[in-house]
Amino acid sequence: MMMIDVSNLTKKYAGNTAVADVSFQVERGEIVGLLGPNGAGKSTTMRILACFIPASSGTATVAGLDVFTQADEVRRRIGYMPEHNPLHPELRVREYLNFRARLKGLSHSRSRERIDAVITQCGLEDVSRRIIGHLSKGYRQRVGLADALVHEPELIILDEPTIGLDPSQIRSVRQLIKDLGRNHTVLLSSHILPEVEMTCNRVLIMREGRILAADTPENLQKAVGKNGHLITEIAAPLEELKTCFEQMPELAHYTISAAEGAYHRCALTPSGSHDLRPMIFALVVERGWELRELSRVRHSLEEVYIRLTRPESEEEAL
Amino acid sequence: MQAYVTLVRRELGSFFYSWIAYIVIAGAMFLMGLSFVALLDRLQGEPTSMPLTEIFLGGCFWLIVLFSAPIITMRLFALEKYSGTFETLMTAPVSDWQVVLAKFTAAIIFYMLMWLPLLGCVLVLRYFARGSNLLDPGTLGGTYLGILLIGCLYMAAGCFASALTRNQIVAAMISFAIGLAFFLAGFMAGPFDLQKTWAGQALNCVSVLGQMKDYARGVVDTRSICFCLTSSLFFLFLACRVLESRRWR
Repeated sequence: MMMIDVSNLTKKYAGNTAVADVSFQVERGEIVGLLGPNGAGKSTTMRILACFIPASSGTATVAGLDVFTQADEVRRRIGYMPEHNPLHPELRVREYLNFRARLKGLSHSRSRERIDAVITQCGLEDVSRRIIGHLSKGYRQRVGLADALVHEPELIILDEPTIGLDPSQIRSVRQLIKDLGRNHTVLLSSHILPEVEMTCNRVLIMREGRILAADTPENLQKAVGKNGHLITEIAAPLEELKTCFEQMPELAHYTISAAEGAYHRCALTPSGSHDLRPMIFALVVERGWELRELSRVRHSLEEVYIRLTRPESEEEAL
Repeated sequence: MQAYVTLVRRELGSFFYSWIAYIVIAGAMFLMGLSFVALLDRLQGEPTSMPLTEIFLGGCFWLIVLFSAPIITMRLFALEKYSGTFETLMTAPVSDWQVVLAKFTAAIIFYMLMWLPLLGCVLVLRYFARGSNLLDPGTLGGTYLGILLIGCLYMAAGCFASALTRNQIVAAMISFAIGLAFFLAGFMAGPFDLQKTWAGQALNCVSVLGQMKDYARGVVDTRSICFCLTSSLFFLFLACRVLESRRWR
């Protein structure tokens, strides 16, 4: 059975369509990233799945339970951390987790057990008696995660879990999410690409309420990676180099800029899916030039993302 | 039930985490103290046939209720909405009714705690009155029942006002306006002929001022009990609908 099954989900706010006819599925044990620019409908989709707001039309089920008609059951199975991770700043970490655990229906002994477990899991041992309002943003984020985990949910929904964190905090939260993926299904949203690229098994790219692409990060890269270009630095007379490049039918486009010494830095774009590297090497050997760099620039997910989420008008202009 | 109790405890706790609780209690105690001094002064001067509770509650009660109710209730929902914890609260397995009732219960408990010093005043009076029937337990019971019932009405109206907005000041103002309307209804009934016109009768029914006077005399009127309870329920129902409204907006 699918962990999340969303079909034809639409949400309209006072005339504006936030999510338009979205369908996707998430299997148990997957870590799926929802990626998109601000206002793409990521948060709305997550709020619907977390039973905070209902959809205008379409259905969504979590572990086979409908999020609208069986909301109470669904909420027990979900650990949800909203955007900006709201907490009660006046409480101590342990107090807060205890409040949340009891609210989620855990018995006294069970909640004590689980709180100890999540405090260790999220690395909160040192601050468990501190007041939340006095904690750093990174620790607060972990408290939010601990809250989402405290009742051992099957599905964890994290809306922008690393927003506003510094790089080392991002790394630790990312590691935490990866660890979660071993026992839970995780759905997270982000507009930070490396994060999604590194943590998720699968990526859903959203724009203007629609899903534009859904695949593994590798496959998405491959889909646009056909025209990956080449960077090379060659020491050769400029005119000769230009003539050689122009005679190459496999080369669609090139730019040459000066590098230090006698070297020229060339960026080459192949036509079709040709691998230019052996040809360049052969050329250099044949002419007796010097070569000191030859590398292929792979499209990162960032380019995939920018390509897919660029507004249409901008695309035409290019 | 567990979620309800957890929420009540959390709400009660949060009153005391902020300064508001202490300021409200201090203000209420100050007013009660003033009335107490005024009462002692009056008793020294001339004999009176009015029940002491009526004299005592004449001034300070309304001042305390009208001002404390908005302050106690303004943060209940507005703060949660403002800080975003409303979202974590409503995605926990709790129903809207549980949340509304828990917040209301916490507000009422705090409100009754605020009235505890009144008991101290009564004990002092009893000690010095030495057995005369100056303060009869029935009247006292009636007075406390009145304080509780009218408190219910004001707290429920405050819950509703707080659910409407994410701004605490706006919530307090709405709550104050509703409270003031109930308070002034008694005065507005005056110009109408009570027996003949329906407006006069209606205003008289909702006049909490007159009702509290009865309670302070020890008169417990079922009409008033009914009115306070049903209108409290009505306001709580409205608060619930407001929370639900996020679903159909």
